[in-house]
Amino acid sequence: MQIKIDENGNFKPTIVAFCCNWCSYAGADLAGTSRLSYPANVKIVRVPCSCRVNPLFILRAFQRGADGVILCGCHPGDCHYTTGNYYTRRRMTLLFNMLDYLGIERDRTRVEWVSAAEGAKMARVMNEFVARICELGENKRLEDLRCKKSLEE
Amino acid sequence: MQEIFGRIKKRAAELFADGTVTRMVGWQKGESDYDKTPAVFGPDMKGFVYDGFCGANLSKYLINLSKVEGRTLVLLKPCDSYSFNQLLTEHRIDRDKVYAIGIDCNGKLDINKIRALGVKGIRSVAEEGDEVVLDTVYGSKRVKRSEVLLDRCYCCKGKDHVAGDEFILAEKRVDTTTTDRFELVKKLEAMTPDERYEFWRGELSRCIRCNACRNVCPACSCVKCVFDNPALGTDSKANSDTFEENMFHIIRAFHVAGRCTDCGECSRVCPQHIPLHLLNRKFIRDIDELYGEYQAGAEVGQRGPLTDFAKNDAEPGATPDKGGKK
Amino acid sequence: MMYKIRTERLPELFALAAADKALYLPVEQGGQVEFRPWSEGAAVRFDALNTVRSAKDLFFPQTENLVAFRTEGKKISIIENADTGAPFGLMGVRSCDAKSFEILDRVFLAEPADTYYKARRENGTVVTLACHEPEETCFCAALGIDAAESADGDAASWIRDGWFYLKPVTAKGEASVETVRPLLTECDGADDAAVEAEKKDIGAVIGQLPFSKLDLSRFRGENMLEIFNDPRWKELSAACLGCGTCTYVCPTCQCYDIKDFKTGDGIQRFRTWDSCMYSDFTKMSAGQPRLTQVERFRQRFMHKLVYYPMNNDGLYSCVGCGRCLRKCPISMNIVKVAKTLGGEQNDEQ
Repeated sequence: MQIKIDENGNFKPTIVAFCCNWCSYAGADLAGTSRLSYPANVKIVRVPCSCRVNPLFILRAFQRGADGVILCGCHPGDCHYTTGNYYTRRRMTLLFNMLDYLGIERDRTRVEWVSAAEGAKMARVMNEFVARICELGENKRLEDLRCKKSLEE
Repeated sequence: MQEIFGRIKKRAAELFADGTVTRMVGWQKGESDYDKTPAVFGPDMKGFVYDGFCGANLSKYLINLSKVEGRTLVLLKPCDSYSFNQLLTEHRIDRDKVYAIGIDCNGKLDINKIRALGVKGIRSVAEEGDEVVLDTVYGSKRVKRSEVLLDRCYCCKGKDHVAGDEFILAEKRVDTTTTDRFELVKKLEAMTPDERYEFWRGELSRCIRCNACRNVCPACSCVKCVFDNPALGTDSKANSDTFEENMFHIIRAFHVAGRCTDCGECSRVCPQHIPLHLLNRKFIRDIDELYGEYQAGAEVGQRGPLTDFAKNDAEPGATPDKGGKK
Repeated sequence: MMYKIRTERLPELFALAAADKALYLPVEQGGQVEFRPWSEGAAVRFDALNTVRSAKDLFFPQTENLVAFRTEGKKISIIENADTGAPFGLMGVRSCDAKSFEILDRVFLAEPADTYYKARRENGTVVTLACHEPEETCFCAALGIDAAESADGDAASWIRDGWFYLKPVTAKGEASVETVRPLLTECDGADDAAVEAEKKDIGAVIGQLPFSKLDLSRFRGENMLEIFNDPRWKELSAACLGCGTCTYVCPTCQCYDIKDFKTGDGIQRFRTWDSCMYSDFTKMSAGQPRLTQVERFRQRFMHKLVYYPMNNDGLYSCVGCGRCLRKCPISMNIVKVAKTLGGEQNDEQ
């Protein structure tokens, strides 16, 4: 398990970001080449389209120790596959509502539309999201203790 | 019900006799009055029965029965006809191989509710009008039918069938609806997240992962379930951690979102009486509110809300506040 | 020697018994009764006949960790993290569940003994409880089990007219009773008569139950192939959903799987109940040995009624608790199987 405390003793969350290959991943790339900074604890998983992300991916990211999961795709209407992100939008709306219904903090999950040209937005979104997760603290309600404790001697 | 049963039996015999069907899927009487098993019958219809304890939804059996030679007669209660349509929509049933009779339903009885009233050692159960008469080792008892119905019957989808080749109905149709089906969902939504979390922990922590909810569900018709896939690491066969209780039930409900007809079989069969339908109904309610009223199985060939979209759909997280405290 | 205590003072007894070790009791939570550790204010339900899951949970839990492996680069370290627990008490066990321990013992304690199970058996002290009000799903009598007085367990108990009677049977039971001795009153002749009357009443109810005279005599080794090849398995299993409800509520089902869970930086190896009703039961590289639900269904009942008794001096691997009769989603159960395949002597019942 990653160490979740930084050198100053503050909580350092693990964030998983699913980014679509065509827009958001390129947007993250642009943020990098533009030397805009966002926290290093955001782990990007590149997916062919935001609609590739199955609800199970999100849950299993939490299982393996994520404190927040963000899904980034092309803006609605700009999907490389024409309509993929429209389906994503419905699925994630329902999934996030369900997580909320089970009492899991709504702000731990998020969807953002980031185009390839929006490096600055990418950096801003990530900074905001990490700040929000820092406020929420460690993910406790969707954690898998085996991934956290069982292997400690 | 006795009269309806007689008519069904007579009609089924005719259909067997004229060769329309080669088998029938119905309910078989068991060892006690409340014990009814779904069964496949030949022309002799040995042990066939239809009464208040025939709650099981038979439509899922048609998936396998569609694959064998000959036509199957199926008996559909009004709520089962929605599942039947949904399976047709998903091309899981061959319509030509099924002959469907829509049959009357006056609400189905829940043996667990009867037991919860303190009834022990049941020797016989009889339905007499609005009452259920119980003879037990420890004395007899009469209970009101309306007190011991299955949960789903208190918010019945209606007495009309949405599918069927013919119908056998009572003259006087009994409406058992007493509550709004979203009442409990709304109540949960109005709780704080902490209260909701406690509620669901209390419920889901009882889960023994027997998969009855999944296997009985007419919408859960995957040949290979994601939870049986050893390559994915999700096939742990047990809730080894509280996370898995949550994951299994979220994914189970999500996989049928937009396809669930709200037949209530999941809650009926749960050995731990977990109100699983409340998960499905949350999806139904959100779909209704966000994407327009939708009843899965109302018609054959409908486009489900999760295989459809609108350009102005709500953004995730931007759901209108439903009165829940933050 | 038998002892007694007023039933309204039982919480004091639980508190004292639970002072130095965990005490498991049938406790209601969310409308369902299960064996749970006692805590102040717990809703103990000695009147509930069966818990949802049986008492086997305490000795053979649904999941348990066996060992873990952690990898760092090319180094693998082994972490022993099996939890075989500490001494515990278990009260309110019905005769049927108590009998199931013998059935499980023959599997898990046969050489080489299952060390996890063995440790828990040694740790546990079992107090049985007579069934004040047996129900129609009970058929323990057909399996030679006495609901009125268990032949298993470390101590036996009865409840009648507001008194809880407790009688240690084994040395372990004596020692446990000794820890709560200050709360108990020694019984006299009148109490013995009350317990005898309770047993008689229970016996009378058992005699009236529909399946008490179920005849299982056809299920024995010499009829194995005949029963195995019976065409009626197909009808019996036709509606089976292939879920694991019957298996998981059964006190005598003992099949398990050992699985590895990837935790991210290592492996947690755990044992989990498995069900012969599942399509991936005993799956091998060549596939499943039982291809359809008919075979899986048959396996479960053949194991309980034929294979197990063949290997265990005629002891059936069923205790007649009736859980499968109550819980099966489609109402198929061992009684129906036994009546269908058990020969004509069962026809009239």
